[in-house]
Amino acid sequence: MFGLTIEQIAFIFRGAGWTIVLSLLGFVGGTILGLPVALARASRRRSLRTASGLFVQLVQGIPLPVIMFVVYFGISIGGYDVPALVAAGIAMTLYSSAYLGEIWRGCIQAVPKTQWEAGECLALTNTQRFVFVILPQALRIAVPPTVGFLVQIVKNTSYAVVIGFFDLTYSAKVINNSTFMPFTVFTLAALIYFAICFPMSVLARRFERRLSRN
Amino acid sequence: MNIAANPQRATEIQSMTRSDTPLVRFQGVRKSFGELEVLKGIDLEVKSGEVVALIGRSGSGKSTALRCVNGLERINAGELTVCGRTLHDGKVDLRDLRQDVGIVFQSYNLFPHLTVEQNVTLAPRKVHRIGAKEARELSDQVLAQVGLSDKAKNYPEQLSGGQQQRVAIARSLAMRPKLILFDEVTSALDPELTGEVLRVIAKLAAEGMTMMLVTHEMAFARSVADQIVFMHQGRIWESGKGDMLDDPQTPELRQFVGNGL
Repeated sequence: MFGLTIEQIAFIFRGAGWTIVLSLLGFVGGTILGLPVALARASRRRSLRTASGLFVQLVQGIPLPVIMFVVYFGISIGGYDVPALVAAGIAMTLYSSAYLGEIWRGCIQAVPKTQWEAGECLALTNTQRFVFVILPQALRIAVPPTVGFLVQIVKNTSYAVVIGFFDLTYSAKVINNSTFMPFTVFTLAALIYFAICFPMSVLARRFERRLSRN
Repeated sequence: MNIAANPQRATEIQSMTRSDTPLVRFQGVRKSFGELEVLKGIDLEVKSGEVVALIGRSGSGKSTALRCVNGLERINAGELTVCGRTLHDGKVDLRDLRQDVGIVFQSYNLFPHLTVEQNVTLAPRKVHRIGAKEARELSDQVLAQVGLSDKAKNYPEQLSGGQQQRVAIARSLAMRPKLILFDEVTSALDPELTGEVLRVIAKLAAEGMTMMLVTHEMAFARSVADQIVFMHQGRIWESGKGDMLDDPQTPELRQFVGNGL
């Protein structure tokens, strides 16, 4: 097929599988770390805002491949030999938590102040107000940009190639090295990336439309 | 001390307030926002069962005075006592206070992601820890009080402005407050929707609910309020019974009433 053997195509698809695995790691890790980042960024405590703001600025100010290198070699210097998947997973977690944290901070703050006030006047505690009044409304606002950011996560996992992680980009490179058909091989890789990302952008747009209707 | 958890203390306070002790007492209350002093020494008493209407131009301090009563604004000087608690010494437990003092806002501030019934029962379930069955009965009861029994399962966005404001009143009633504050609750409504909200408030007044209301509805204030307070430039300019509007003692009130009618 296109001058490639079934084995070679299967090899590329195996890489695509690891791209999805790393994307999921980045999203799950980014969610677990991003939620506290968002809460800290929206907090009334100045120290929490400053600390989380510093973290976000730091991560957003460093290119993702450099984060990958730092995490990968940083762990090796510590004397631990970790698989590239773990290092890439940590790097993706740091990266997506900083961006998701900022996205969700915006969503929390997009809920009108009067909703906090209404909860306050009904004698709800701070936690109760956040959990029962603010969070459900923030979540609704958060769905479209979050799904949209998933697309960024999937595409950016390709940087893991710099630390030798076997993903879609890496497997395509390997097949190109043996077949010398760069256009065919990377077009195939591009199509696979697109096939993963396109449904998510469609979904994000649909969520966005539904939200603006309400 | 948590008064809700201590019935004996609650009864004590009730019997205290039922006697001559006013439910709300302002004594020389001052409040500033930065350089701007919006309350310049307010003296006011609201007795149990009384309806007090605060009137005056925008910026006269009437809404601020109201918001001080449930601790949304902290006073800078003077003494303010509400339902047996002192608000001027910084020691008051605001959550405890707000179980006794309800407030209804101009913009309703209903929770858009919850049904009418959930809006009404959220605080009683979380704060008073009542069960699901009790919550449903409570919801039925307070929604009947505002004439919206058939809307329990609707979401706020499915209701008219007047209906939403009545839900906000029901939500406040569900906490069984001793006092309800109404902050320009009809100002955001079309004239034809104002009536249904005012009728609900008048009914509550007739049932003996203690209320303070900031309002621009002069005819309503005259007919429902036991005491009308005209505020001007952060002071109480004139106060009295409903008929004080017919015979203003100051040029400011005369002008205000003249413009209002």
